[in-house]
Order: sequence, then C-alpha cells, then structure tokens
Amino acid sequence: MTRNISILLNTLRRTAQYPSGAIGLALVTTILLVALFAPLLAPYDPNKLDLVNRLSGVSAEHWLGTDQLGRDLLSRHIYGTQVAVVVALSVIAIALAIGMTLGILSAYVPGPIERFILISFDSVSSFPSVILAMAAVAVLGSSMPMLIIVIATSLVPHYGRVARAQVLSVKNEPYIEAETVFGASELRILFFHIVPNILAPLIVIASLDIPIVIAIEASLSFLGLGLRPPLASWGGLLQDGYQNISKSVLPVLISSTALAIATLAFTMFGEALRHAIDPRSQRGGKND
Amino acid sequence: MTTGTSVRLDRTSVIYLNSIRALDGVSLEIDDGETVGIVGESGSGKSTLCRLLVGLIRATYGDVQVVGQSVQQALKADSWAFRRQIQMLMQDAVATLSPRMTIGGLMREAVAIHGLDRRETEARIHTLLERLRLPASILERYPHEISGGQARRVGVIRALLLRPSVLVADEPTAGLDVSVQGELLNLLLEFQREMNLTFIMVSHNLHVIKRVTQRTIVMYLGQIVEDAPTETLFERPAHPYSTTLLSTNPLLSAGGAANAIILQGEMPSNARPPSGCRFHTRCPVAQPACAQTVPELTRTETGSLVRCLFPYSLELSGAHRKAEVPAE
Repeated sequence: MTRNISILLNTLRRTAQYPSGAIGLALVTTILLVALFAPLLAPYDPNKLDLVNRLSGVSAEHWLGTDQLGRDLLSRHIYGTQVAVVVALSVIAIALAIGMTLGILSAYVPGPIERFILISFDSVSSFPSVILAMAAVAVLGSSMPMLIIVIATSLVPHYGRVARAQVLSVKNEPYIEAETVFGASELRILFFHIVPNILAPLIVIASLDIPIVIAIEASLSFLGLGLRPPLASWGGLLQDGYQNISKSVLPVLISSTALAIATLAFTMFGEALRHAIDPRSQRGGKND
Repeated sequence: MTTGTSVRLDRTSVIYLNSIRALDGVSLEIDDGETVGIVGESGSGKSTLCRLLVGLIRATYGDVQVVGQSVQQALKADSWAFRRQIQMLMQDAVATLSPRMTIGGLMREAVAIHGLDRRETEARIHTLLERLRLPASILERYPHEISGGQARRVGVIRALLLRPSVLVADEPTAGLDVSVQGELLNLLLEFQREMNLTFIMVSHNLHVIKRVTQRTIVMYLGQIVEDAPTETLFERPAHPYSTTLLSTNPLLSAGGAANAIILQGEMPSNARPPSGCRFHTRCPVAQPACAQTVPELTRTETGSLVRCLFPYSLELSGAHRKAEVPAE
C-alpha cells in the first residue's frame, strides 16, 4: 500500500516537472478542492433568489454578480464545479471499469463472443458521444445518474479497445511464459502480471477524457438535455447567461471561462501525465 | 543417488501449420543427474525441444516424459507438482521478469503459488542470494533496475526455490561478458551436483558446452544428428555437421582458424526438408547415396549415436580432411 502511494507521488512529481504539468496539476488540485469544499466556499445558497438584485454587476456582496433571478453567480459556479467534477469522475470510473473488463474479456473469450463484444464497441463508437447522449436522454429522460450512465456508455469502447490491444501484446511477453513455467495459474497471471502492465495507458486516456466529459456534460446541459435547473451546472449557467446576453455579458463570460479553465487544466495535466508515465512518448513527440 | 530416466522422448514431432517440422521424430533419453548440452544453428529445434519439455508447447506426435510422467498428463493431474519437477531459464533474462513486481515479490511468488513455507523460503532466498553474490537490497528493486547478469541469477534463484529435479537452460550465458559467464556456469554446476539436477543446456557457445556438459546432442533441422559424450564429440566428431560446427571455432579446432570449414548456404526450410540425409545439401563430403538414403541414428565404435551414412568422413584436423571419403 505504501509502495502504491509512493509510486503515485513519484508519478505526480514527474508530471509536475513539465511546465504544463505543474500548471495543470495546480489548477486540477484547485478545482478538486473547490468541488470538495463547495458548501464552505460558496458565500450564498446557490439557489437563493433575490429578485431585487437581478443581473447585478460585480459588487462587494456579489463578487461575480447575479443571474436573471438574482442568484449569486460565484456560488452557482462553485457548485457547478462540484457537479462537473462529480459527473466527470463518475463517468470515467464507470467507463474505465466496464471498458477494461470487456476489453480484457474480449482477449480471452472464444471467437463468437469476442466478435460480439467488438461489434458492440463499434456500434457504440460509431455515434458521436454528444449525439448518442442526446438520443438517450431524449428517450430516457435526464437525471444526474442517467446522464452519467449515458456518457459512460459512449466512452466504454475507448477503454475497451485499448485494454484489449494491451492485453494481446502483454500476453506474448516472455515474462508471461516464464510465469506459466513457474506455475502461476491463468487467473494469477491475469491479475498480477497482465492487469498491472496494461494500466498505464488506460490511466492516461482516462485523464485526457475528463475534459471531454466535462464538455459533453456542459453541451447537454446547455441544450437543456442534461442536468435540470435549478441544479447549477456550467452548461446550464451558460444557457442562462446566453438567454440574457442582451442585458449583461458577464454571466456568459464567467461560465465559459470556468469551462475553458477546467478543460485546459485537465488536458495539460493529462498530457504531462502521459509523458511522465511513458517517457518514450515525449521523445517520439520531439522527433515529429 | 537414483539412476532413473529423467527425460524421455519417443519419436516426438512438433509440426506447426501442418507443414513446418520444428522437431521431427526425436527420440531421446536423459538420465537423472546428467548434464546435457544441445547445440545446433537457429532453427534446428533446440528451443522447441526446451519448450516441449516444460510443457509450453505440445508434441504433435509422440510422447514426452519428464520424471516418469507424460508432460501433458502431469499438467492435467497436478500442474503445480509438475512445475516443481522441471524449471527453465529462458533466453532473455530481463524480459522474463514481470516488470511491475519487485525482485523480492517475484521470488516470493514461490510461496503464493506453490504453498511453500514462508519462513523457510525467505531463509532460502537469502542463502541463495549470498551464494549467487547478489546483495539483499536487490529484493526491493524492479526488473528494469538490475543488470542482465543479475537478472540471470534472479532467474536461477527463482527456479531453484522450487527444488526442481530437471533444469532446462536456454542460452544461459547469452549476452553476458566472459567473466560473468564463467562465474554463472560454475555456480550452476555446483547446484547441479548438490541437488543432483538433470541439467539440460542449449547454447551456441561450444566452449560453454565443453566445459559444463557430460553429453552433447547436436541438432540439425529438427533432428538429432549426433548424440555423444562431450569429450568424445569434441575429440572426434562423427557427423560432418558436428565437425563443421567445431571447426569454425578456432580455439577448439586442432588446426586453428585455418581449418575452418565454412558451410555453404542457409539451413533448408523445415517445411520441405531435403531428401535422404537432411544435411546432404550443405555437406562438404556428401555422396550420391546421401541424397537417396535416409540415415538412421546408429551407434559407432566410440559409443556415439550418429545419423550419417559415412560417419567420420570429415575430420577436424586439416590433414584428414576429406581424406577418408571413399571414392565411388
């Protein structure tokens, strides 16, 4: 356990050695802390109406102003961070778990089942994530668990294919043969020698998928197909601001800035993490 | 000391894709505690033979027995018991260590997999580390953090922890520098004597074979062409192929580098072996009969088994070269 923690810290330290990684890591940490401590940080109840102070500009009471119903925008964006992080992390966790299981399975099961798994990957990924999510939400209705499951499903093939390719290549490594000769069972080989060796690329993909998930959630909420008001989500806030853009530009600017910072932060962090986990990827990049 | 048969192959063939005969009708018996070297060019079936013995591949025809049991049956009945009987050192030592486990973790797998006593195994690990001159700190390292020579020795410890009765080594000295090679071979021989191991070693390196083994098997194109006591083979090889192998090694051949007999061309394909004697297409002393008659393994007066119609027709020293070829 302590070893795992030290590996984690080591990886993060190497990630932070890249300038983009350091910035990304700092921003990501901030975002996660804001999400975690939203109730403590938000100066107001995000849903408290104050109809007298509608669309007020920046002021001492409302640092980022208020929306069309007089709700404090700073508080709403802080809670929006929480929503974005919860959705993104749950989606990634579910997609990673299911994708990895199916991907590994597809490398072991007999032909027909293998083909079935691969065809379902292809069918799911033949739809763009947003379109797939739109269709599912339109049919099944929207709630946060629903949204999470729908976006996760659209990402499963991503992880499934990578996991499968990794298993197929790792399976032929000499150490797998050596473990067989040493007496390790198939299951032991799978869990102790194959899974640990396919994780790195999957973790990198997961970190790079976080901004994508945040963007998908925001798009759906913006279109009114995602999270329902009054729940504060960046996409929904953007939509609110967009409705009232003729009266005040501020809300739109704030929401889009929040989105931009979050996606950039996670992307920078993910890219640096990729280099930190696999130094060869960077050497390749320099030669390009 | 028992003197049973440790390894027995009976007309065993391994055929890939219905046509590639990686191993073709090999019969072989190795006694308990024997040290046997296997030599031959790439593609002669040496590695196939090793992999067959440890059950990584199945024989297409024929039977493979290790310590009195058929390999495939033993694997079905109690695979762990079988694994403890025969262990293998594979060619690429670093690549055979699972990269995300520490060396200590890899060694302690013996406890997890085979249910060996934890304390006793720990003690043995430390004894073996000492004997193989590895620092105890290596247990905390990862495979990519150690050298090739160290990885080799880690592999030896792992294999010996299971107290096997047969140890197969595929090129155990490949990629090591000469001083490390010698040290490793000495240690392997020490363990072989102590544990009465049946030691089967594949090597390109004829010096290593000469130094370590009592008996040498020469393979060509999936068949045994000569099987002789090592001393006899190096003194007076019976098969022309053995002679050419020895002659290309200036330190082993009597006449030095000047007498090297260089073989023409590549080894023929396993899919379409030549008619008659498989070596006749490249044999410097081939005769018309060689293309027609298939030679069987026969015993010569020195006790060697040779698959050649005209054994001893090619001699090591330059003076005798081709001299004994009967004129037709």
